[in-house]
Parts: sequence; C-alpha cells; structure tokens
Amino acid sequence: MMDSAYRDILHRCFRCGWCKFPLNYTDFNCPAYLKYRFESFSSGGRMWLIRAWQEGEITPSERLSQILFSCVTCRNCVEACAMPGIKDSLVDLFIEARADMVERGTIPPLVRDYFKAISVGGNPYRLPAQDRAKWSCGLGLERYQGQEYLFYVGDEGAFDELGQHMARSVALLLRRSGVSFGILGSDELTDGNDVHALGEKGLAEYLARQNIELMQELGVKKVITLSPHAFHAMRNRYPLHGSTAAVYHYTQILQPLVARLAPVLQGERVVTYHDPCYLGRWNGEYRAPRAILKSVKGLKSVEMDRSMQNALCCGGGGGNFFTDMLGTGPDLAARARVREALATGADTIAVACPQCYRMLADAVRDEGAQEKVRVCELTEIVAEAVPA
Amino acid sequence: MASLRFDPEICLACESVDCIMKCQYIHMDLARAKEEHDRLTRGEMSSILKDCVTCYACEEYCPSGNHPFYHIVELQERLGIHPVPIPIEKSQVVMMGPRGKIREMELKSPLINMCFFDMMKGGIRGSLFEGATTFGGSDVFCNLMFLHFARNSTIKERLPRMIDNIMHCAVEPSGTREVICYHDECYGTYTSWARAFGVEVPFTPVHLFEFLKRRLMELRDGIRPLNVKVAYQRPCSNRLCPETDSLVDDIFALIGAERPKRTYEYGNALCCGGVPEAAQRFDLVDDIRARNVADMKAAGAQYCVFNCPFCFWTLAEPVAKAGIFPVMMSDLCLLALGE
Amino acid sequence: MDRSAVIERLKAIVGGAYVSDAAEELYIYSRDQGVQDPHLPDWVAMPASTGEVASILELASREKIPVVPMGGGLVLSGLSVPLRGGIVLDMKRMNRILEVNEHSHYAVVEAGTSQGMLDAYLRKHHPGLKHSLPDAPPAATIAGNIAIHGSGHLSQSEGGFHSEMVTGLEVVLSTGEVVKLGSCSTVPAWFSRAPLPDLVGLFLGWNGTTGVITKVGIKLFPRPKFHDVLVYMTEDIDLAPMVLNRVIATSMAEDINYALAPKPDYLNGFQMTVINYTANSEDELIFKRKKLRSVLQDLYETRQSGFMPIPPHMKAGFLEAPQKALSKFADVRKGGGFEYVGAIMPIERIPDACRAGMEITERHAITYSLGARIIGRGSCAMFFFAYPFNRVDKGEVERVKEALEETNETALRLGGIPWKTEVQGQRLILERMDPATKGLMRRIRGVLDPQGIMNPGNWEVT
Repeated sequence: MMDSAYRDILHRCFRCGWCKFPLNYTDFNCPAYLKYRFESFSSGGRMWLIRAWQEGEITPSERLSQILFSCVTCRNCVEACAMPGIKDSLVDLFIEARADMVERGTIPPLVRDYFKAISVGGNPYRLPAQDRAKWSCGLGLERYQGQEYLFYVGDEGAFDELGQHMARSVALLLRRSGVSFGILGSDELTDGNDVHALGEKGLAEYLARQNIELMQELGVKKVITLSPHAFHAMRNRYPLHGSTAAVYHYTQILQPLVARLAPVLQGERVVTYHDPCYLGRWNGEYRAPRAILKSVKGLKSVEMDRSMQNALCCGGGGGNFFTDMLGTGPDLAARARVREALATGADTIAVACPQCYRMLADAVRDEGAQEKVRVCELTEIVAEAVPA
Repeated sequence: MASLRFDPEICLACESVDCIMKCQYIHMDLARAKEEHDRLTRGEMSSILKDCVTCYACEEYCPSGNHPFYHIVELQERLGIHPVPIPIEKSQVVMMGPRGKIREMELKSPLINMCFFDMMKGGIRGSLFEGATTFGGSDVFCNLMFLHFARNSTIKERLPRMIDNIMHCAVEPSGTREVICYHDECYGTYTSWARAFGVEVPFTPVHLFEFLKRRLMELRDGIRPLNVKVAYQRPCSNRLCPETDSLVDDIFALIGAERPKRTYEYGNALCCGGVPEAAQRFDLVDDIRARNVADMKAAGAQYCVFNCPFCFWTLAEPVAKAGIFPVMMSDLCLLALGE
Repeated sequence: MDRSAVIERLKAIVGGAYVSDAAEELYIYSRDQGVQDPHLPDWVAMPASTGEVASILELASREKIPVVPMGGGLVLSGLSVPLRGGIVLDMKRMNRILEVNEHSHYAVVEAGTSQGMLDAYLRKHHPGLKHSLPDAPPAATIAGNIAIHGSGHLSQSEGGFHSEMVTGLEVVLSTGEVVKLGSCSTVPAWFSRAPLPDLVGLFLGWNGTTGVITKVGIKLFPRPKFHDVLVYMTEDIDLAPMVLNRVIATSMAEDINYALAPKPDYLNGFQMTVINYTANSEDELIFKRKKLRSVLQDLYETRQSGFMPIPPHMKAGFLEAPQKALSKFADVRKGGGFEYVGAIMPIERIPDACRAGMEITERHAITYSLGARIIGRGSCAMFFFAYPFNRVDKGEVERVKEALEETNETALRLGGIPWKTEVQGQRLILERMDPATKGLMRRIRGVLDPQGIMNPGNWEVT
C-alpha cells in the first residue's frame, strides 16, 4: 500500500495535460507519452490510473506495470504541472507506486532482471567486480587515500564503453586542472539512484549504506561524481542515511578551473548542450556546464528549443537506461532529441552524463545522422581545445 | 483606541504653513493656503483633503512636529473622503488583514522584520546578513499603508495586535530587543505614528540602513568601491523618519557611490507614483514618473537604489527603460562586497 | 466481425502500438475531468493520417461500430466519452503543422495539433503572427476547439468564436469518404470559406456526429510586440454592461473578460473587468491605456469603482496565454475537479447570470467562479458558471452535478444557450429549439450518418 501522504493527493490531478509539454509547449516533453501517445502514459493518466489501482477500480496488470515503469523520472511534469498542491510530489509519487508494485511482486521482467543483476552481481552489466577498475588502466590515477576528493565513476563509467571513455577524459582533465583526487577502482559499488527510481527502496538503501560505510572508512569528505544520477543520490538521498560528505558533479568542480587552461578550438565548432535531468531539473545546475563551454574559444554554443528546465530527457532516466521500457522507434526521446539538435545546425551535441552519452550516441546512429552530428562529452571538447 | 496628539493651537499660530506651501503636488498662494489650513485645523472640509496625494511629506515639512498628515488622514476618514476607490480600499483591507496564523518562532539576532514583504526575504543574504533571521507576513504587518486609504482606524485597530505578535512570537524568543525594519514604513510606524497616537512600542526598532551601515563598517576591508552615481528613490514612509535619510549618504560613502545632485531629492523627493495610481490620478502619475526619471537621468545616475519594495515594483521598469539599473539598497551593498 | 477481428483490423490500419483494448486505456478514455458518468469504449485507436481515419470509419460503418473522435480530451462535459462504446479516435498523433501563410494569415494543421504547439511554432517561425488561444490548457487541440465553437483571447477583437475563424476543413465522413470544405476544395489554398456554399458549419458544433475533422485551416492575426493589461474593479454587478460596453466602444481592447469569485477572500464581493490591449509601439500602448482609462473616468471619480494597481508578479499572470491560473482553479477544493456551464448570451444578461450563479451555488453548498468573455466586439458574451469540486467528495460531486443541470436551465431562461453542453443540456436546448430547425438537423444527420455510428447519444433529435 502506498504511503498515505501520496495516496491522499492522487485525486488532485485534474489531468489538464500541462505535464505533457515543456514550459514553452514546443512539443511533447514527457518521454513515455511521446513514445506511447495514449493518455494513460502521460503523467496525468498515470495519476488517475494509480488512483484507480489503489482504490481497487482496476487490478494490477502487465499494462499497468508498463505504464508505471516507463516513466523516466525526468521531472518535466514537475516543472510544467499547473497544480502547486501536487506538482512537487509527482515523480516521488510515481516512484512510490512502483515501490508498491515491487512489494507486491508485480513488476515487469526487465525491471526484475535489473534488480537481480545488482543484488547478485553488484552491477547491472553482469560483469565481474574486478572489471570496475578497467576504465582507469594506464592512466596512473591514484587510489583514494585522503586526497581532497573521491572521484566516483559509477556503473556506466566502469562498464559502458562510452562511459569509460568519459570517465578517462574527466579524470585526465581533473588532474590537469590540479584537482587532488583519488579513485576506488574495483572497490566501487553501485550508487543505487536508479534502483531507488525503479522502486526497490530496500535495495537502494542497502547500497547507500554500503557506499556511506566505505566512504566513511576511507575518510572521504568530498565526492566528485561522473554521473548526475550518482550526484543526485549521494547529494540528496545519502544524507538521509547518515552521509555528511559534500557531493559535486564534475562540471561544478571544473567550471572555475577550465578557463585557466585557456582552451582554444582549431576551427569553428557549433555545439548544443543537452541538459541531463538529474543535473538540471533535479538539482538546478544549468550554469556550470554552459560556463565550461563558454570558456572554450572558437566554440559557438547554440541552444535547442527545449533547454534547461525545458530540456527533453534522453529517455535513459529512472532506470530505463537499463530496463529499456521505452523500446525502439522514431518517437524515442533520444531520437527526437537528436532531431532537435540537428535543427539548431549544431555539429556537436555536448553531454555531461554517461547515460545521456550512450542514449544520444545510439540515437544519432538510429537517425542515420553520423555524418551530421556527433555526441561529445564536455571534457572531451575541452581536451581537444587545450594545447598539449 | 489610540488617538492623535494633535494641537490645533500650534497650527492656528503657524505663519509659514509649510505643510501646504512645500507640498510638491498642491500649489496655492500663502493666503489661500492659510485659509485651507485653518479649515483643516478646525476639522472642516477643505480641498486639501481631496487633493492630497498622501505622500506623507508634510509630516517632515511641519516645523513643529504637529502631525499635519496624520491629521489630514483623520479628517479624510471622518468626512468620508476616499482617496482610493472604495472597492480597492475594501479589498486591500481584507488582503492585508491578519490571518492569525503566527506562532512563536525560533529566531535569533540580527532579527529582521520583513513587514508584509516576506516574499523579499531572498534579499536577506550574503555576508551583510550573516546569521540573520527573518519574520514577516500579515500577522506582523504594520498596516501603515492604510494612511493612503484614509483609514487610520484600521491601523489603530490592528497595530496593537501586530506589536503583540512581534513581541511574543519574534522578539522574546530571539533574546534581542532590536528589531531591524526591512521596510522603513515599519520604522516610521514605530518611531513616528505610534508616538503620535500614544501606542507603546516595547522593542527597539532599527532602520535597515542603520543596520547596513553597521555591517558595512564591520566588513569595510572587503568593500570594493563601486565608483558609480546612484539616485536614491526616497519612499513616502521616509518622511516619517527624515533623520534616517543621512544614512543613505553614510552608506554611499562606505561603498564608494556618489549621490548626484538632483532636483527631486531629500525634501523635494518625488513619489514613485504607485499610490497616485491607486488613487486613479493617472495624469499626475505620468507626470511625476517622467520628471523623476528624467531628473535621475540628467543627474547622470547609473543606478537607482530603493528602500521600499513597492517603489521598486512601481518604478523599476521606467527606470530600467531609461538605462538606469534599479536595485534594492541591500543588493547594492552586496555588489560593493563583490557578492 | 468479432472483437478480436476488429482489433486486428484496427492494428492493421494504425499499427499495433496505437490500438488498445487494455483495461487501463479503456478506463482513462471512459471519462473526462467533469462529473459525467463514465462509459467504457471497446477500443482506443490513434490514427496518424487522414487515410487511417478513413479506413477506420469504413470499418466502423461496415460493422456499425460507434466512433467518437477526441482531441485534447478537455471538454469536461463528456462529449468525447463514448456513450455507446465503440472506438475512441484519439487524434493527437495527427499533429503536424502543414502550412503557415505569412501573407494571407492562415495556418493549416492536422486535427490533433495542440494549441500550445501551434503557438510555439508561430512564435519561433512566424513571430509576427498568432492565433486565438482559448483559456484551455495548451494540450487542447485546434480542431477540438473549433468543433465546439470555442473562443479565446482574440475572440473579442478579431472576429468572434474560433469556429468563425475557420478558413477550411478536411473531414472524413462516416462512410470513409474524405471531403474538403472551403477554398481548399476548389483551389490549392486554405484562405477562405467564401464565396462557396458554406458546408463547414455542418461539422462545427455538431460534437462529432457528422464526421471526423482531420485538417483545419485557421485564421492568424498580427502579434503586436507590446502587451499590457488593465483591471477595473467594481462592487456593483449591475455596472457590468455599461463598463464592458464603454471598453468595447474604444476598439482598443484585444480581450475583455469579466469575473467574480468568493476566493481569494480579498476579491469576494467585487468584480473585475480584465482588459488586455496590445500595440506595435510603446507610444501606441500608452495612447490606448489613456483612452481605455478615460472612458471610465466619470465612474472612477465617484470612487465607487476603479482601476486596480497590479504589481508586476500579478501582471505576468494576467498577460499569460494560456493561463495556468485557470487550471489551478481545479484545485480550489483541493480535489482536482471543476465543471462549468458555458453559456453564450447577450451582454445585458451578465448581471442576472451572476446573481443566478451565486444563488444556485449557495443553495447547493458549492463554490464558484463566474464571469464572461466578450465576443466579437460586443455581439455577445461567453458566460461561464464554473464550479470546482473535490473528486473524492461524492456528495459534493453530486451537488455540482445538480447545480450544473439547474444552471443549464437557468442559462436558457436568461436567454442564453449552454455551450458544448453534455447530453442532458443538449436535450434542454432541443426542447426549446424551433421544430423546423430540429427537423433539418435530423435530416442532415440521416444523410451524413445513416448508420448512426458518429458519437451516438449526442444531439439526438427525437
């Protein structure tokens, strides 16, 4: 049964549909609705169906699970909702409903498999823990031993090919910028952000406590995360379990330092920045990544129609990066996002999240746009512009 | 019920009639002014009661401190003059009325009374206000704005309750007696109106500018002089505490701002136009706004600094359109501190 | 054809992903936000093209399956709830903006195009043009709104109801035939309904009972760069026709709305006339402001009414279109619902309508927001009696339902006509309608929908 704090506001959704759009109404901005188009997949539809389910008017089904678990927790609905009394609770409420489904055991197989992989193997990639350190091979990075910061790369940084690439690039730029940091290598654990977003609150709390215990043992006071997802979990959820460490996304640390490297691009490059939801809408950080781009000479920055709090999610949030509840097709958020980026005339889509990196890179391929645009992580752009 | 300490003998003996002769908005020769003044003193109907812009300035102009403006307001109310249309007046009485929701708060010094402008507490920030706590809202609202509505009765009715709320819910829990008044309408209430009407104020009101001056002196080492010309939009409520006007000069000296010589400055300051707009005196509003902004521009002002949020809301746009940057005083100070 | 065969055929037409008979979709599409009883559809289908709509109607016609088209689904009066089951056609996949004519000021859009998306598109690509936005949320569709004779922020100044702004339609008939109406039927452009016999009206105000609109040509208007608002406050309802007419007579107000509500408490007992005006220069804006104020000068000098000072944060809300504040009204009772009777009526009946609304709501122990938008430079008013309710308070829902029925009758008694009204309201209208008119309606229905499959239950002339 859902917590009454959430149950008691379900009926206050008017299903007026503001939640489908960004604040400037450019296009549908809810990835699940964009993909499925039935009213039932909009945030309002989800609210009404959760209420119907909780009130016993409909019974749990595969379809209801699909509707609930296809939400990517991007918080566009929170931004756009017209109802002050409920808007801030919308995504938390969806997560709570998923948690109820998890408790009742009525979750989609893809979600179940994701939880299982983490519970049994410690990561969603089903790869051995010792492989976590592979991304750093040959870089000569120090293990964490009391440096100012711990640099935490997370599952995607450790196992996803693009994530590894990104982790290396960020680490090198941190080092080059004079930041004192160490890494955990194969001792890293899943941060649990997406586990929580998918409603497995017990497992998420267990992972949080494990991470907190490890960091406290090592005396970590400050953490830099590669992923906005880990940033969000460690910054906002870990303190609920006793963490006192200060948490930063890498863009926040690099932003004041990059200009000192005087980055200059050879030739003009038109870049559009894609806001990750867990950095932007969840944590209000829109400035630091843009400031990094602004410090690169020769780089022309252009904004997509939907940027900052209006940004269209890549579709990877809320665990969908691993569970793939949105499937395939031209109405996938990532593909729509690539088309939107192309419309700006940009030759580069800049990202600051390993999940966005993978989602958008795959979407560029699916759109057949490899010749027109490429996806680059911010520090890769800076690295290209910094004289060796 | 509080009653005004007004001595008709002082007015009847007055030769200069500064309250009318210095008025920025009512123009008449001395003989006529005396005539109208006598009518007012006798409590009779006078054109002044209808023409008054309610800018409070005559409180400052009166050389005897005999409260000509409060007297005008008393008369307006007694004789049924409504400076502002009645529906707007009634609506404001309800809108600004106490909600009875205030509870004892955990507060500490420095204690800032935000007046009704709780929505402005985002401006209480940075090193200037380090450690400060705030309170505000309709349950601690001084209600002095009802002077503009010829409703001294509303102030008389509500102010004792407000003072009581401030004492029990804010001052006593905080352990300080000093209440820093974010809006000088509050400061004017507690140092002028309350005294004029015999209402006891059991705490020590401190003008925001006094507090800013103190803090700037403490933070002096961190100040980077702004080296800019700043026009000051003096609010009507400052007419109740004209002694605080010099604090603007003190602050400007500390932050390296120049207060350029202007026509409409100090005693000649012009109203922001907000109240005359509510009074439906639209031609007057256009005229005084145009003169005020042109005067700032002619003086070479780069910034226009405000004390009163209502003046800011009213005048920020025309000021900005003239290429002058509108800013609240505390934010100007923060700018000098590099924050 | 059995149910499984129907769904297979629908899947073949629109694609498997865009048809559903799952309990979840049937639940959502069986009801709208208002207080009308739910009715389950059998299937929900989302066509992506006119051809797909035609194929669905051919199927429906052959199998005698009811078809109910749905746009934004925001009508509140159950017009897109399938009273007799069948197929709900959710049109929102058809949301392409096909043409904007910069010179002849019209746009052609697919029927599922939302108000918000057209507005955003025009702002970006044609910043000098705009269309008349209704007060509905941005998810409302252009086609849905014109089909119900909607009105919006340019209805006062630019030509009346949105249905009057239609320059042409593409419609699929119940047989699956596709017809074009207006200039687009004869020449390849959508500029006008004149000078041809006007068939467009056969599909406006008919609640989907005569065909499915698939494309709309809609008038666009200049978008001046400057925009401001005045709010005139009164305490006497009987002043409304005079105040409104004086403002109308200036020809300077883009939009004129009149409203009263018991909440917030500081507005209880007062009425607000909200006057939006626009200009191409600041000088023009100031001129208009002065003119608008001057026509009410003798009134405000009595001090019995006057222009409200509006702080900037409040002003932003008045200038916004569409206005979020109107959706927030649904949460007045912290219960996610409101219902209303819109009644198109003469301006002089506004005071009586206000009094009637207050009397009805007091008797039914519910709260209200009442008001009107001026249409067509004063030809009439779109009056609204809006009643918020708490969805979980069954008693309140029932009281609102009763109040609605009573309000429909009251609106008719006052000389108005309920707008986009639910089936009970339609019956009340038909009871009063000229018999010859009803006869003509019946004959037209017989021609355009011989099988009786088009949104059955609506506009049923007995």
